[in-house]
Amino acid sequence: MSQPVVYLDNNATTRVAPEVLEAMLPFFSERYGNPSSMHSFGGAVGKEMREARQQLADLLGCEIDEIIFTSCGTESDNTAIRSALAAQPEKRHIVTTRVEHPAVLSLCKFLERSQGYRVTYMGVDAEGRLDMKELEQSLTPDTAIISVMWANNETGVIFPIAEIARIAHSHGVMMHTDAVQAVGKVDINLRELDVDMLSLSGHKLHAPKGIGALFVRRKLPYRPFLIGGHQEHGRRAGTENTTSIIALGAAAGIAREHLVDENTRVRALRDKLENALLAAVPESRLNGHKKDRLPNTANISFKYVEGEAILLLLDQLGIAASSGSACTSGSLEPSHVLRAMGVPFTYAHGSIRFSLSRYTTEEDVDYVVKNLPPIIETLRKISPYKRGEADPIDPRKPACGC
Amino acid sequence: MWEYSEIVKEHFLHPKNVGEMKDATCVGEVGSIACGDALKLFLKIEDGVIKDATFQTFGCASAIASSSALTELVKGKTVDEALKISNKDIATVLGGLPKEKMHCSVMGQEALEAAIKQWRGEDVASVEHSEGEIVCECFGVTDHQILEAVRENDLKTIEDVTYYTKAGGGCAKCHEKIAALIAQARGEAQPKAEDKPAKKLTNIQRMRMIEDVLEKEIRPRLQLDGGDIELADIDGVTVSVSLRGHCVGCPASQATVHGTVERILRDKVDPEITVREV
Repeated sequence: MSQPVVYLDNNATTRVAPEVLEAMLPFFSERYGNPSSMHSFGGAVGKEMREARQQLADLLGCEIDEIIFTSCGTESDNTAIRSALAAQPEKRHIVTTRVEHPAVLSLCKFLERSQGYRVTYMGVDAEGRLDMKELEQSLTPDTAIISVMWANNETGVIFPIAEIARIAHSHGVMMHTDAVQAVGKVDINLRELDVDMLSLSGHKLHAPKGIGALFVRRKLPYRPFLIGGHQEHGRRAGTENTTSIIALGAAAGIAREHLVDENTRVRALRDKLENALLAAVPESRLNGHKKDRLPNTANISFKYVEGEAILLLLDQLGIAASSGSACTSGSLEPSHVLRAMGVPFTYAHGSIRFSLSRYTTEEDVDYVVKNLPPIIETLRKISPYKRGEADPIDPRKPACGC
Repeated sequence: MWEYSEIVKEHFLHPKNVGEMKDATCVGEVGSIACGDALKLFLKIEDGVIKDATFQTFGCASAIASSSALTELVKGKTVDEALKISNKDIATVLGGLPKEKMHCSVMGQEALEAAIKQWRGEDVASVEHSEGEIVCECFGVTDHQILEAVRENDLKTIEDVTYYTKAGGGCAKCHEKIAALIAQARGEAQPKAEDKPAKKLTNIQRMRMIEDVLEKEIRPRLQLDGGDIELADIDGVTVSVSLRGHCVGCPASQATVHGTVERILRDKVDPEITVREV
């Protein structure tokens, strides 16, 4: 498989920044010491690790002892939610949303099914936004934790985390946010934002895969997930992934420098891509709120065509993107996020997500704008559904129950 | 990413016989936009021979490729020959399909059948799956379709049936019915009679089975959550257990004992069993 020419799938994963790769490489080879060792060969690695922790703390606006390094975003999410439940054994209720990443959603379903917890899954409106009244009404004295993603991975829609945290704490409920898609793309200052726990993942911000972190506010009751050695002050046992921790620190430092660029240049490119495609392709629509959104994400649906077919034709041209269609996921139903938003089936199967990064160029965007409309045109010629016709094939047929 | 054969890719990138046929003798339609794929097959039949075939398809690459291959396959065949084409034949000319995508070939075969039925004047009003009862409400799949797919393709599991017909791919409520249909088509006894062991277990048999189920099914589940379970005693149908590891003091331990452990033991060993924690 040759390398894609135009990579617009940065919400799936990002390339490791060259500076990050350079920073991490020595820790694979000559600097292999264990930071827990008594000798200076290992201890020196520990010192670098502290610096990496400081860089990440600076990006998040928190203290270094509030950061626990983990193996990935999923581990951070699992640790946070299970910790909140274990620390408050009398509380048996969880509040989350229908549009969470599986790292949270599948865990909540598991806890509900096999451990008897009660879970409230908050819905979203047509633009993917939560209703704060619904949140307030769902809280009970039995609620242990609210877990709401900062930004949605499929649509980029941003949730009002500050307000959710305020509501949570006014009810004495812990608040966790899966900020995997938000870190490095939106300004985060945990000194001013009252969330208790925050998950992030390295490979979404130009660090390698296999490293994540969990922010846990000081004095928050916490129960570790991995039990073993004293690493991370006993909060996450297991020899530190020093190489990747150094990488995540470096990536955090660079992300902080690029935050403005992400919200100006990258945002402008995204807007250009989005506006041009919506203008060029009739019967296309934007999924997700136009403004309350990550600067790098555009989720667009093309009526009457199917996402996997679009992706494969894009792939032929070296364009990498992703889709919320059923066929791409291997399941038979389109994305749970689009379904929760009530996106009509005529559109849901034809959704394409473009996610940009600081490496995206204007030429990349122009290339997609030039090549995508003819692809949609080609597939619409093959499709039995045509503009203006609602559903030429018997509409009495049972619709999917999704 | 799906592993498509070169033939599938070729048919997808350069589909043959695309478009509406104005003077078609008959048309077969299957699928719907809600379900993510749909095929409209147009045939021109003269003197019982398919002279021409075109298609319109909404769906993924393999759906488009299957439709394109189907039109090539039927051209020049007599109606009787065409009716013998199975979904397997379509998959074969494509050099195989990923098993999750086999329903695309089934869709092709069904559209062909529907078109020919229309030509013969049978049941034109509801070309789709008029026979049988809807089993999967999510995707509108009937028992006839499932039985046919199982027989034709030697399917063994519910998952297989979902790959070939989509049935069971939504809410999963029909999974029991599908399991029964698989058994029926394969000429096996209905599963319900066999799942549970014969009523009268001796004490020794029951104890052995309880130990076995605890060890092989229940402990691994609890260990996933960092918990564990130990068998303390078995007295007739009363099983005493003690929870270990994370289960100790876990708020869900009661649910674990009465929900998970008791349910599994009742299901697998004896419906009379009660479990208590000591």
